[in-house]
Amino acid sequence: MTSTPVVSRLQQEREAYRRGRARRSTLVALLSTTAFATVLWLAVTRSPGWPRVQDFFFNVDVARASLPRIAEGLWLNVRVLAVCAVAVPVIGLAVAALRTLRGPVFFPVRILAAVYTDVFRGIPLIILLYLVGFGVPALRLQGVPISTTVWGVVAIVLTYSAYVAEVFRAGIESVHPSQRAAARSLGLSYGQTMRIVVLPQAVRRVAPPLLNDFVALQKDVGLISVLSAVDAVRAAQIEAADFFNFTPYVIAGLLFVLLAVPTARLADWATLRATRREQAGGTV
Amino acid sequence: MSGPALSCTGVVKRFGALEVLRGIDVDVHEHEVVALIGASGSGKSTLLRCINLLEVVDDGVIRLDGEDITDPRVDADRVRGRIGVVFQAYNLFPHLSVLDNVTLAPRVVHGVARREAQASAMALLARVGLADKAGAYPDRLSGGQQQRAAIARALVNAPRLLLLDEVTSALDPELVGEVLTLVRELAGQGMTILMATHEMGFARQVADRVCFLDDGVVREQGPAAQVLGDPVEARTRQFLARIIEAGRL
Ligand SMILES: Nc1ncnc2c1ncn2[C@@H]1O[C@H](COP(=O)(O)OP(=O)(O)OP(=O)(O)O)[C@@H](O)[C@H]1O
Ligand SMILES: [Mg+2]
Repeated sequence: MTSTPVVSRLQQEREAYRRGRARRSTLVALLSTTAFATVLWLAVTRSPGWPRVQDFFFNVDVARASLPRIAEGLWLNVRVLAVCAVAVPVIGLAVAALRTLRGPVFFPVRILAAVYTDVFRGIPLIILLYLVGFGVPALRLQGVPISTTVWGVVAIVLTYSAYVAEVFRAGIESVHPSQRAAARSLGLSYGQTMRIVVLPQAVRRVAPPLLNDFVALQKDVGLISVLSAVDAVRAAQIEAADFFNFTPYVIAGLLFVLLAVPTARLADWATLRATRREQAGGTV
Repeated sequence: MSGPALSCTGVVKRFGALEVLRGIDVDVHEHEVVALIGASGSGKSTLLRCINLLEVVDDGVIRLDGEDITDPRVDADRVRGRIGVVFQAYNLFPHLSVLDNVTLAPRVVHGVARREAQASAMALLARVGLADKAGAYPDRLSGGQQQRAAIARALVNAPRLLLLDEVTSALDPELVGEVLTLVRELAGQGMTILMATHEMGFARQVADRVCFLDDGVVREQGPAAQVLGDPVEARTRQFLARIIEAGRL
């Protein structure tokens, strides 16, 4: 279909007009952006304190010197993140599933799961990090790892699993009750209904908020630095002290942002897809 | 001849203080089609849910082929496997293709091999006129096609009894016909059916008997033509008059 369809003169005129308008809009946007950027640049660089700011926060030499150690530290963050990214959804889903169990036998389990989510969502992560990260190794129990990093991971997993459990629970409850009824009517057991019918729908629906929590997790893994693990944040701190310069913090911050961008885009994409699906959904 | 396929005796169901069913007596014999009619909120869905053991009755007995299924010791999953159900809406699992919807129960509950389950599912889909939609997801189907797929799925366990709960009331008027035609075919093939419906014209054509639920009891039941055409009870007449006013007969 390369041949252009025959179009009336009137339509040709309309299209030419529209093309003209579009060109004009692009030009206006370009001009205004350039003008805006120039003004901003001048305002910043001409301001009296700028040279000092540049030297303190955006010092190229310091950046070059500190980057290797910070990057090395970031590798620890990435590994911690990987462990958390696996453990958190598994535990969160398990806790959410426990909370939806019915029947008197499961009463204590339900209560336990509810108390867990309430406590660990409420307690500040930093307190938990101190308690678990320093407290548990200090007990010097036999067979218990004394690495503060390991316990830091435990603290993060405990906190995030509580959040994620609530997200999953909301997802489970958002699946229409008729879906369970339909599954049970086919003779599926409670467990089969949950596993094959309810959870797949719930997980799909909560994918966007879950990815958001993952973005939050990506930077909160930097909190293990309070346990003196040499991660990106701690490395930046050391370098900053050495050079008496804040550029290492800026570098570490930039690296975390770069880490988060792909997930943030993924979250946007998942949200868009979920919205589209809802809108395309049948009426029956 | 043995007893009825389904027999409800003195069925009572309460939700808190609200007594929805106050002693229901209904029998459905083999190859018989019985229509439940009654105002909105009269308890038609509740009765169907009790029969399917989705609700626990507060009194009375429900027997399926003579077996008391309201006995708390019976295996509810096994009983449900013998009853096919189609609800008003949200029947199909949206994350599974039509074919997977239909093969789910045989594969998961009865351990039938995938290939075998798919072969019989395709036969069922052909029977409801959806052979070409087997691979489609439910949201790509029209409402009428979705309900026909749901009926195919309900038939997959070769159920003893089919419960239909207002299967057309969520559909656009032009889609109602295709679903009702399918139900009529099933009735013609000797399926035992208990259906709640607002489609009085359809009930009159297809149902052998009609039960009018009112105020938690069966106010009147009998041959479809008699209950719908020449009701004995004043309440039945009032109900039908309102339906006629609403233009649904
Ligand atoms: N799970 C429940 N908890 C509390 N009340 C309920 C529940 N299910 C149904 N009811 C109530 O029981 C009554 C009967 O409901 P039911 O759905 O059986 O009516 P229906 O005859 O099917 O009505 P419709 O024609 O509108 O579908 C209603 O008053 C309803 O509010
Ligand atoms: Mg109903």
